[in-house]
Amino acid sequence: MGFLELKNMSRSFGGLRAVDDVSFEVAKHQIKAVIGPNGAGKTTLFNLITGSLVCDSGEARINDVPIQNLPPHRIARRGISRTFQNIKLFSHMTVVENVMVGRHIRSRAGFLPAMLRLPGARREERAIRERSLEILSVMGIAELADQDATSLPFGTQRIVEIARALATEPELLLLDEPAAGLNIYETARVSEMITKIRERGVTVLVIEHDMSLIMNISDEIVVLSSGKKIAEGVPADIQKNEEVIRVYLGEDDA
Amino acid sequence: MAMKKYSPVLALVICVIILQAIASLAGREYYLTQLTMSAYYCLVILGLTVLMGYTGQISLGHAAFFAMGGYTTAVMTTRNLIEMQGSAAVDLAVRLGLTVTEKNAYGVEILHLSPWVSLVTAVCLTAAVAFFIGIPILKLKGHYLAMATLGFGIIIYRIVLGSRIFGEADGISDIPQFALAGGLAVSGDPALRVQNYYIAAVLVVAGVVLLMNLVDSRVGRALRSIHGSEEAANAMGVNVARYKLLVFVLSAVFACIAGVFLTHFNGGVGPSEADVMKSVSYLAIVAVGGMANLWGALVMGILLNYLSLRGYFGSYDEFVFGSILIVIMLFFPNGLLKMENFRWLSDAAARVINSYRARGGEGKDGLS
Repeated sequence: MGFLELKNMSRSFGGLRAVDDVSFEVAKHQIKAVIGPNGAGKTTLFNLITGSLVCDSGEARINDVPIQNLPPHRIARRGISRTFQNIKLFSHMTVVENVMVGRHIRSRAGFLPAMLRLPGARREERAIRERSLEILSVMGIAELADQDATSLPFGTQRIVEIARALATEPELLLLDEPAAGLNIYETARVSEMITKIRERGVTVLVIEHDMSLIMNISDEIVVLSSGKKIAEGVPADIQKNEEVIRVYLGEDDA
Repeated sequence: MAMKKYSPVLALVICVIILQAIASLAGREYYLTQLTMSAYYCLVILGLTVLMGYTGQISLGHAAFFAMGGYTTAVMTTRNLIEMQGSAAVDLAVRLGLTVTEKNAYGVEILHLSPWVSLVTAVCLTAAVAFFIGIPILKLKGHYLAMATLGFGIIIYRIVLGSRIFGEADGISDIPQFALAGGLAVSGDPALRVQNYYIAAVLVVAGVVLLMNLVDSRVGRALRSIHGSEEAANAMGVNVARYKLLVFVLSAVFACIAGVFLTHFNGGVGPSEADVMKSVSYLAIVAVGGMANLWGALVMGILLNYLSLRGYFGSYDEFVFGSILIVIMLFFPNGLLKMENFRWLSDAAARVINSYRARGGEGKDGLS
């Protein structure tokens, strides 16, 4: 039923079970959050979904088609895009060029047409640039198009990274701590942006530590601890869940 | 926009013509010989710039690809087929127009395979070798990749040096000219010096235009994104392994073509072309050129190769290129010819202009 289905996903590093038998679903057009203490396995889970890591066992399906253990570039073509916890913009490239890389899977010119600047490649190139500039102006950073991407302030780099991910026209967007390191104003802006992205028909799976952000925007929350899923539900239920409180606040504090 | 983009190309063409005019007017056309050779080496360097500077994949084995081009054409075109006439294969080749008949320097009539055939063979062979060794070694990163390509370079060098068919330490000489179309021929004949200079220049201009287009395209952005972050490139749908392999093959083919042409120009090829120190000098030039900077690589490639070929470095040649590499790696790991390395210069200029303005103006703003 779910748009993204995870079944019994597991991955160990040596003796550490980083992701341990995790199953959940993300429905279409939902904003779903993954929370949990540091080292709970959230980013590992993202890496399993996007193919950056191979899973030991379990299954991931998108639109009922299995995607687990496909190489990341193939998974990107299935409509999954992502951002990274420690921002990974392309250095020595401008903001618009970074976003234009996001158009890679939506275009096809190969080595020869590119080297010879054949008419088809030129037309495509124009379309790539136009579309990328459009995305930048939707994100409100059109004026930064020709700046070097990695020399921008941290918060702006986050937005560029989201713009780059959106340029692939994903059905599912994975955001890995989009508000980390941002001040409250920037966080509010990110929160607004995520809601807007969902309105455009994109399903969002987000890892975040900022509880007010999570409680505000997410439809459902999955809680991981030590690689295991310990709770899943709507924000109001998660806030009252004893297990979650125990994991976050520690046993003796109750 | 297009005009602005190609204006450096126009400048290059003008430089090419001016250099030739000066050399001819001064009666020093022999300078063109080393310029021609430098131009061919520049083709290797341009290809390597896209591989190293833009894609971030090091290669210490490009002299091997150059040598593969040179030796393939040398072996194929120096075999006199006259006594083999009558065999089905030779007759077929003659009938298909794949051979050339001419008199060599001693007036002996020879029949050999056309350099066009050997050019195509060399390119296919080099591309195939680059492809198959690229599959395993491009999985390596950083110094592991450097060592693997170095190992490949050493293997090719030893093969060339140790095989009878490649003339061992003597190399192969008496290589015939490469007749192109319209009476043009790649040849070391002093009478053809000027036209050979222009043949090489045309190849370099074509090479730089093709690579400029490539760098500024969907494919080029994919390559540069690999340099930036392989993981992010992959996540954006760039097939990183495939692009690395294809750009490796492309740069190998550039080196191979340079090898074929320079071998016909020189009329001979020796094992020093496959020497690892050659690969080091190519790499050093890409580094001084600014790594991801085709024009910097081109200027430095012409300049340093020319100085080296004219013997300005004397017996310190290897020392010079080795030291260049060490200095660049220590102080300018992102390459020398880069805007950011010259910012102090523009800053200083701005400061001078500002203080001049301040003094000439109302004088309210002394120093800033």
